[in-house]
Amino acid sequence: MNEIIISVLSVSGISGALALLLSIANKTIGNYGEMTLIINDEKEYKVDGGSSLLSTLVDEEIFIPSACGGKGSCGYCKVEVLEGGGQFLPTEAGYVTPVEQKKGIRLACQCKVKENIKIKIPEELFNVRQYDYKVDMLKLLTPTIMHVGLTLPEENEINFKPGQYIQILTPVYKENDEEVYRAYSVASNPVDKHKVELFLGYMQDGKCSTYIHKYLKEGDKLTVVGPFGDFHYHESDREIVMAAIGTGMAPIMSILKHMVEIKSERKATFYFGARTGEDLFMMDELREIEAKLPNFTFMPCLSRPRPEDNWTGEKGRVTDLIEKYITDASNMEAYLCGSPVMIDGVVDLLRQKKMAEEHIYYDKFE
Amino acid sequence: MSEINPIVIFFAAIFTNNMILSNFLGMCSFIAVSSEIKTSLSLGQAVTFVLTFTTLLNWMVYHWLLVPLGLEYLRFIIFIIVIAAFTQLVEMIIDRYFQSLYYALGIFLPLITVNCAILGVSLFMVIRDYTLLQSMAFGVGSGLGWTLAIVTLAGIKQKIKNNPLPKGLEGAGITLIITGIMALAFIGFSGIVQIQ
Repeated sequence: MNEIIISVLSVSGISGALALLLSIANKTIGNYGEMTLIINDEKEYKVDGGSSLLSTLVDEEIFIPSACGGKGSCGYCKVEVLEGGGQFLPTEAGYVTPVEQKKGIRLACQCKVKENIKIKIPEELFNVRQYDYKVDMLKLLTPTIMHVGLTLPEENEINFKPGQYIQILTPVYKENDEEVYRAYSVASNPVDKHKVELFLGYMQDGKCSTYIHKYLKEGDKLTVVGPFGDFHYHESDREIVMAAIGTGMAPIMSILKHMVEIKSERKATFYFGARTGEDLFMMDELREIEAKLPNFTFMPCLSRPRPEDNWTGEKGRVTDLIEKYITDASNMEAYLCGSPVMIDGVVDLLRQKKMAEEHIYYDKFE
Repeated sequence: MSEINPIVIFFAAIFTNNMILSNFLGMCSFIAVSSEIKTSLSLGQAVTFVLTFTTLLNWMVYHWLLVPLGLEYLRFIIFIIVIAAFTQLVEMIIDRYFQSLYYALGIFLPLITVNCAILGVSLFMVIRDYTLLQSMAFGVGSGLGWTLAIVTLAGIKQKIKNNPLPKGLEGAGITLIITGIMALAFIGFSGIVQIQ
């Protein structure tokens, strides 16, 4: 018995002494003092040197996309380092191509802040924050689409552009053994900075959608990072073509709510495609928006209406409607959201109808 | 305690009982970081440094703590903890004060932790019942011997870099053959001194 105690004590004693030595070393040798971090030549931060660029940025509440959490295994946290940052490391070589390397692209999780550093990141990342939302609505809209309503605590707010998306941090649960981020477009009005609404389609074996559909309950907490994305509403006087299928309605919904908010008089048409009457949702809300916006038309279509749907509207796919109703698209702009197949089809069609490439905005759900 | 002169042990550790060439310990970094003389020399220095001090530390921990407490059987875990902590410390120092060396050594610096040569020296020191002075000489000598072997190998590899090789022998294959021939050469020294 005595021997067991002595051996445990001596192993812990030696480990403890070494741990103490290492923490002292970390505080002295590993302490690089205060460094200056300049982002996009405008914002200047005083940061503690020695840790990775990614965690330094997180400390300053700037969230760079990162799926692996700084292990150097996803390659998402690329930033352009203009000055400082030291040499390119072999651990980055798998994710940064030689061409990017020449431009100074680094993985923020591998690059350490050991000197004053100057970096460049996309402007919208300044807006990205991590939020803890409360789930206050879970409502099935169709057999597979869940309407999720989230509320932020009073002291926080989210600033997003209509059309952008957020990422949900899916926690570990019974059928999922790792935390994953999944992106969903926001469907709510950007004016309401405390609320986010999502349309969440159920995917067989989808880690996040299974969690939301089967495990999440009203009142639970949900961690969300965002907003991200360059798919958003652009102000101009061109006529708008919107097309979406399924949950692709979400960003369009946000854009429409925004247009109602600013009392837009732009001419706009929203082509929405579904398979059967069962897959249609938010119809009343869209008709309401149609009544509020003077020059907006909502046009749903069903590709396979069933007899019990009593469908009197358009039949076919969104591409059929665009073919039918648009002859010259040269002075229009388009917002498209849905599966890659649908988007590729619509983009081809709009190009044939002479829409300028730079006026076609789309968000592919993959 | 054996009565061998520490100076004899020092030279024996370099030539007759070379860690790599007669004990085949510490092969992974020996094979991986031996393409350039400069880097292998730096790694050799780092290994020598770590070896010298971990041998010293481990000797003190073993003889002043484990033996009095009768805990000799804990030496594996204790030696590894000491080596790991010490390597971590060396990494911090190199990271801070020798930037270019830090980048040149890359991942192999933390891997010194699991360099078998380092644990090997600590264990040999116990098995052969060395005194503190003998252990130090053994540690420094083994480090220098390891450096000698890796730098020699890097030199040979640089010489044959542009030579055509049979397909199956490229890379590690030829390295192992070179190592074998080098080991044969070093066997020539064996028997000159006995250190165990």
